[in-house]
Amino acid sequence: MAYWPPPGWGQVSEGTTVLDDEEPTEVEVLPHQLLGLTDEEYASIQKILGRDPSPAELAMYSVMWSEHCSYKSSRIHLRRFPTAAPWVVVGPGENAGVIDIGDGWYVALRIESHNHPSFVEPYQGAATGVGGIIRDVFTMGARPIALWDSIRFGPLGLPRNRYLLKGVVSGIAGYGNAVGVPTVGGEIGFAEHYTSNPLVNVMCLGLLRHDQLILARSGPPGTKAILLGAATGRDGIGGASVLASASFDANSGQKRHSVQVGDPFEEKKLIEACLELYERGLVVGVQDLGAAGLSCASAEPVAKSGMGIDLDLDKVHVREPEMTAVEMLMSESQERMMAFVTPNRVEEVLAVASKWEITAAVVGTVAAHGEVRVSQSGVEVARIPAASLVEDAPRYERPLGEPQWMEDLWSNTVKFVAQPAIATALVQMLDEPGLASKAWAYHQYDHMLFLNTVVGPGHDATLLRVQGTTKGLALSVDGDGRLCHLDPRRGGARLVYEGALQVALTGAKPMAVVDNLNLGNPEKSEVMWQLRETIEGIAEACEALGLPVIGGNVSLYNETDGIDILPTPVVGVLGLADPMPPMPPRLDRAESGMELWLFGAEWAINLAGSAFELVTFAHVGGRPSAPDPAAARVAVQAAQALAQEGLAPVLHDVSAGGLAMAVAEVAIVSGVGATIRYSDWRHLFSEDPHRFIAAIPDANSQRVRELTAAAGIPAAPIGEFGGTEIVFDRNGVRAAVDLEVARRTWDQALTRRLA
Amino acid sequence: MSRIAVVVFPGTNCEHDTVSALRSLGAQAELVWHRQDRLDEFDAVVLPGGFAHGDYLRTGAIARLSPVMGPVARMARQGRPVLGICNGFQILCEAGILPGALIANSGLSFICRWVDVEVVSTDSILTSQLRPGQIIKIPLNSYEGNYVDPGFSGRVVLKYVDDPNGSQGQAAAVANLAGNVVGVMPHPERGSDELLGSSDGLGLLNGLLAAARVGAGV
Repeated sequence: MAYWPPPGWGQVSEGTTVLDDEEPTEVEVLPHQLLGLTDEEYASIQKILGRDPSPAELAMYSVMWSEHCSYKSSRIHLRRFPTAAPWVVVGPGENAGVIDIGDGWYVALRIESHNHPSFVEPYQGAATGVGGIIRDVFTMGARPIALWDSIRFGPLGLPRNRYLLKGVVSGIAGYGNAVGVPTVGGEIGFAEHYTSNPLVNVMCLGLLRHDQLILARSGPPGTKAILLGAATGRDGIGGASVLASASFDANSGQKRHSVQVGDPFEEKKLIEACLELYERGLVVGVQDLGAAGLSCASAEPVAKSGMGIDLDLDKVHVREPEMTAVEMLMSESQERMMAFVTPNRVEEVLAVASKWEITAAVVGTVAAHGEVRVSQSGVEVARIPAASLVEDAPRYERPLGEPQWMEDLWSNTVKFVAQPAIATALVQMLDEPGLASKAWAYHQYDHMLFLNTVVGPGHDATLLRVQGTTKGLALSVDGDGRLCHLDPRRGGARLVYEGALQVALTGAKPMAVVDNLNLGNPEKSEVMWQLRETIEGIAEACEALGLPVIGGNVSLYNETDGIDILPTPVVGVLGLADPMPPMPPRLDRAESGMELWLFGAEWAINLAGSAFELVTFAHVGGRPSAPDPAAARVAVQAAQALAQEGLAPVLHDVSAGGLAMAVAEVAIVSGVGATIRYSDWRHLFSEDPHRFIAAIPDANSQRVRELTAAAGIPAAPIGEFGGTEIVFDRNGVRAAVDLEVARRTWDQALTRRLA
Repeated sequence: MSRIAVVVFPGTNCEHDTVSALRSLGAQAELVWHRQDRLDEFDAVVLPGGFAHGDYLRTGAIARLSPVMGPVARMARQGRPVLGICNGFQILCEAGILPGALIANSGLSFICRWVDVEVVSTDSILTSQLRPGQIIKIPLNSYEGNYVDPGFSGRVVLKYVDDPNGSQGQAAAVANLAGNVVGVMPHPERGSDELLGSSDGLGLLNGLLAAARVGAGV
């Protein structure tokens, strides 16, 4: 039997697969290399099987052992994360993490990246990222109720970056709105490094009753595997291996057909059908078809259950005729789900599918032999030990080392000889797309569906009510490439502290973390060092706050033409407000006459990595301050108490742009001026962590003093709200920005660049 | 108690929000699958928001052929209350139960935000409990929200205070002549709780309930 090319491979019509696009070159490229497997990995496969793999087997190993699916470069470092807490029901390793929030309710949370597909085709890349993360959540038995997105692009001066931003935002809107899951928050960032490698990370939260939790398990021998949803086509072939686990170069446009195409309507029907199946107790286990498609969805549940499966490809409903086994096993066609069902419930499952107008077919039977046996047209095309696809994936302890450039970076600081023009600096920051209003984007997202959104996009954290209870769920999602470039460990830790503080500012107690680590090529020792340091920083901060990491994603090979992106971890923090405060703090409730307070220690002055240095001096250098775990804990507790007692109509963390930016944002969205009194101008722009501001009515200030004194957090009024200007006052010397000018600048920074 | 049917097409997504807002006002609201071809036991029917049949071909183009649309049209003719919200408005226009059509927003972007609307006429099942000239705040959430009516036969009962989407006459809600059939583009059910930003939408849904009670002989 000729193992390569597989039968039918050459008959594929033009433009439908990536693998045969590449013209033969002088160097002979072996089939496994085309699929992204190394020679050593190929040798391991030969050893496991005791023979050469068939094309179908090679295809399955290539996707299951890809970096994207197996975490082969990062796994040994990810063990560092704390993952346990009494409220954790399901930790990392399943489709989503699950925590118990009491009263019989569980919350499922997951974050994923879709970076490479979104660069190749921004609308579909982002859309299918949304579709994939939603499936991960309803695979756990949960109804997906909210989405967040964290996206990063190159500067908007380049037309290509504008095209990518618009495409990604419409993809998120187009899919999320139609599938009926609201996008309730997120962030957009910009830096040159993302021009050739934008980042698209999506987070989804689901809610379920405690008795509806479902895992990716297959049940005993005889259990039927039913494939539900869309037909399998030739889209997304090799998405996990060819696209997600490889670097980019000038020919990456040729990878467009490795991007899947999304159909939110199909997914909406699939959600409703699956939720009905769960509610009626008709399934033993489920696994969605995402990366690695049918290969993963058949192998993983049976491997986890110590079983095998007989899979009949002739039963799989396909979009086009004459698809080969390789194509069917590697296809990442969207909106598909595998359900494991005891034989006497099969008819009921098919009836539910029929009601929701989705296709369903029994494609396999769980068997005790422990192998994935795949047949097509009566011929066995693959026979692989199921566990070898999942558990025998290579683990690499790749070499790592501190980059030579770190010392230079740290000593490269700005020497200020005079106080800069503060008002000008503020206006420049308000006009910076990364700091300005993101209403252009979130007004395109349905962020209100399900009537849960108490505090929505445009705030530090989203606050969702849990109907039928007194509870609220707070979520924040934040990434920072610049800070982590300057110090990945401190940067990673600060993201966790910032997220925890943001959820606490709504009155919630931080409960769990998910993370998405976006980095460059792990075959470079500097990138592996960045990965290790980032993980270390996140882990340290989680330990300091007692927060478990309940899930995550690692996206490597974010490299184009040899240039790696900034190390960009994105951290999601989930908090529980129980009870939810009756009037949760917002940014737009400051009123004339309220006091402006600053909470948190005054720091050694450090502007390294600040938006101020970037915007006014185009400078990125120096070493950011190390976070302080004790100060972080105190800030989180004080913020939560202030919000729970309803003492502050406005609470806002001091982050990008520092104190000046934080006050300006509150003033703009509240429509009221503010005066800030300061002694050293650098305090206005420092982004040192664990600080937040508040608008506080006179009547509450005594109670605020008592509360903060008891909590042990430095706190003082530093000004007041009122007037029509944002005023910076140093011993009577004033600098002012007209509120209307500030508002217009901040409002239009994004839209005027996209016009 | 009056019974209100809330129709679910594949792709509908505002059905639960609509039911919960109606129930908060004391109505007996029930989900009805689009394949049902009888609505005799109901005093009013709501076609809620969402993306029926994925909005494929054209918004409402497939939904208008669903079995449930027979009794919906019959109720409309009989003068019983029929309300279409957002996608439901699009379906009523596509089915010819309301005049006009909804095309892409003038800015060619999806719009999800709070809008102020002004009561133009109180002579409809949606606006009967409000005052002429009253301004209320409810969320808009649509891509095809731009109302066009070349025959000028639709009666505008709510109009946008600003012009978010290019609608003819700034129409936010349109009624038939009798006022028993109304299509509204912003979502009354989303303006159902001060905690979420406004409860003005309840004033609109109260109109539907009042009309349903009349039908129920209460």
